[in-house]
Amino acid sequence: MKARVYVTYKPGVLDPQGQTVCQFLQNHGQSKVRDVRIGKFIEFDLEDMPPAEAESVLTEISGSLLANPVIETFRVEVP
Amino acid sequence: MTFAVITFPGSNCDRDCHHAIGAVLGYPVRAVFHKEQALGACDAVVIPGGFSYGDYLRAGALAKLSPIMPEVRKFAEAGGLVIGICNGFQILCEAGLLPGALIRNRTLRFVSREVILRVENTGTAFTSHYEPGQQIAVPIAHGEGCYVADDRTIEGLEAENRVVFRYAGPLRDDVPDGNPNGSRNAIAGIINARGNVLGLMPHPERACDPLVGKTDGAGVFRSMAAALTNRVRTGAVAVPAL
Repeated sequence: MKARVYVTYKPGVLDPQGQTVCQFLQNHGQSKVRDVRIGKFIEFDLEDMPPAEAESVLTEISGSLLANPVIETFRVEVP
Repeated sequence: MTFAVITFPGSNCDRDCHHAIGAVLGYPVRAVFHKEQALGACDAVVIPGGFSYGDYLRAGALAKLSPIMPEVRKFAEAGGLVIGICNGFQILCEAGLLPGALIRNRTLRFVSREVILRVENTGTAFTSHYEPGQQIAVPIAHGEGCYVADDRTIEGLEAENRVVFRYAGPLRDDVPDGNPNGSRNAIAGIINARGNVLGLMPHPERACDPLVGKTDGAGVFRSMAAALTNRVRTGAVAVPAL
């Protein structure tokens, strides 16, 4: 089964990459763009298991490795 | 007194540390591979710079789970001296041995040049060989050296004098404040509350051998050696037996 984890900077953590892309877009006519934040998208292929179990496995992996709780948050998406 | 320098896959300053500590400064030094599960006999641990695990995921994120790391943690918890330089600082933060995190430089550029650091606290086991407020020239070479932490952590570090090194120059057009990476409060290096774990982005080991220029970094390792000698002499803090 496929499952996904999204890792993003916490609000308030400086994201120079996002800022640069945002500024670039604004300078290139995308005046409706207010802000850009860049994060990570991680796709897993897991053995088949009940969704709740998959969520718990990925929450454990995300909290201990994929995201650094000092600067990032994560969201697990299990189909 | 023996320094142990840990090599992770992708470390590239391990031999610089080995050279600076051993050949230049004359202290016993040993290499420890990250897959080893014991540090062996040593009195100080050096986590060197480089790109452990290619900086994949986040700088230091994978190295913190290497087999040797539980031993480093035990060593630190027993009061042993641990210094993390550059990627080593990132690893110590990822491992939770130091607070905060190091993120992409404000400029998005990898910065490799000499900077001026102000030694903010000379009362540590890593800085006793410097004068209070002394400015030293040491190289930096990193893409992810912007130190961040929440307000409370920053206030605590400042209040407890745990910001040991701060960027102080040179002032350039692209870094008018002398802060090359955007670190909060221009923090270049911090120490843990107990005073035995130091992390810093600049490379003191690259400023030890007169052959390559300045020697301002040697004070870090000389201070560590002095602290270890004092410990043995006074028995104030038992050297952890591992």
